[in-house]
Amino acid sequence: MGKTNSMAGAGERLVNGLVKENPTFVLMLGMCPTLAVTTSAVNGFGMGATTLVVLALSNLIISLLRNVIPKKVRIPAFIVIIASFVTVVQLLLEAYLPFLNDALGVYIPLIVVNCIILGRAESYAYSNGPVPSLFDGIGMGLGFTVALTCIGAVRELLGAGEIFGARVMPQAFTPIGIFVLAPGAFFVLAALCALQNLVKIRGARAGKDTSKIGSGCSEDCMNCGEKGCGRRKFYDDSDDLVVEDLSDPADS
Amino acid sequence: METVKELLVILIGSSLVSNVVLSQFLGLCPFLGVSKKTNTAAGMGAAVIFVITLASAVAGLMYRFILQPLHIEYLQTICFILVIAALVQFVEMFLRKAMPALYEALGVYLPLITTNCAVLGVALTNVQKEYGILTGIVNGFATAVGFTIAIVILAGLREKMEHNDIPESFKGMPTVLLTAGLMAIAFCGFSGLL
Repeated sequence: MGKTNSMAGAGERLVNGLVKENPTFVLMLGMCPTLAVTTSAVNGFGMGATTLVVLALSNLIISLLRNVIPKKVRIPAFIVIIASFVTVVQLLLEAYLPFLNDALGVYIPLIVVNCIILGRAESYAYSNGPVPSLFDGIGMGLGFTVALTCIGAVRELLGAGEIFGARVMPQAFTPIGIFVLAPGAFFVLAALCALQNLVKIRGARAGKDTSKIGSGCSEDCMNCGEKGCGRRKFYDDSDDLVVEDLSDPADS
Repeated sequence: METVKELLVILIGSSLVSNVVLSQFLGLCPFLGVSKKTNTAAGMGAAVIFVITLASAVAGLMYRFILQPLHIEYLQTICFILVIAALVQFVEMFLRKAMPALYEALGVYLPLITTNCAVLGVALTNVQKEYGILTGIVNGFATAVGFTIAIVILAGLREKMEHNDIPESFKGMPTVLLTAGLMAIAFCGFSGLL
């Protein structure tokens, strides 16, 4: 009985990450890697898969340690766990997939500050059991991978006439080179955002709940530039992080 | 003379040619989030200059004098992120006590950039390009200046566009991103400088 429940829960987390709360297409999170590495479908897929591994493993470990990590120092603890996995993954990539490591460059270590990962740790893994947390990480990671591969494919198609390195467009098609360059990333994302707005406006008219679409909220207030947001959990806590507070980490 | 020339090349290269936001896509969250008004954008820019310069100095020193002698360079990501996060917290506390005026001006932006990917990005790039400590600091400063230039220009453009008649679904983020894209094209022009 418990097993079926947890299986259903796992499936629900996968669907949630892939569709309902897709980090890129719905929530608009982790924009730095999304724009930077999606010059081709392969790079997008590589980045997505790397993030998936880190996200799933860090979610699992944080969930297992959730009763050990005191609330006041949870953010530094999350960061150490995430950074450790990023280092492991980076060393593995350097050893076994050097071409991907070269293509993604500095964006691999920068997975540490990807707001999706810290956000999932804070909003899901820290308050849920290990199995659902693992699948939450896999679901979110898959959603991110699918999104990056799609964006990479669009940019590669328009910018080079190819998808996954295979020529798709007819010979007469002149590649719009700018789409594989930096400005193209902004244009593709702008189009995506506009599409999202359209869905949101239509959805609101039809009376659907569209509060999550394009919200950009990962519950990761650390990396968020949005001011005037009432939640600001991370820093409201750390504001009174002085010596006398550390003496009794158990309260609040 | 040779060093001065090298530093100048880094200064122009990091601030204009390979602009941190418009060509490297680092620090996009504050770039898009805090660019509604020119003065807040300038405040954010100042805070970023302050933090990145300081962080690249600290990260450079740590890499050279702790990680390298102990041969634990592979721990750079963990060490840098922790040092940067602690540093920003410390700077915030220090400013609040020692320089309330500066804290008033920069304080609200400091927490927003604790683990801003640009800060970590610069520290890692310095290591990757094997910059020395001084060169690293100059690179950090130049990168942050590039960020400030970009965010102030974007804020100015957004102020101008505020009352324009924009199609419903392009309101907000899409227009900002299109503007940023056009700015990126403009900044591509700087690549002829070096």
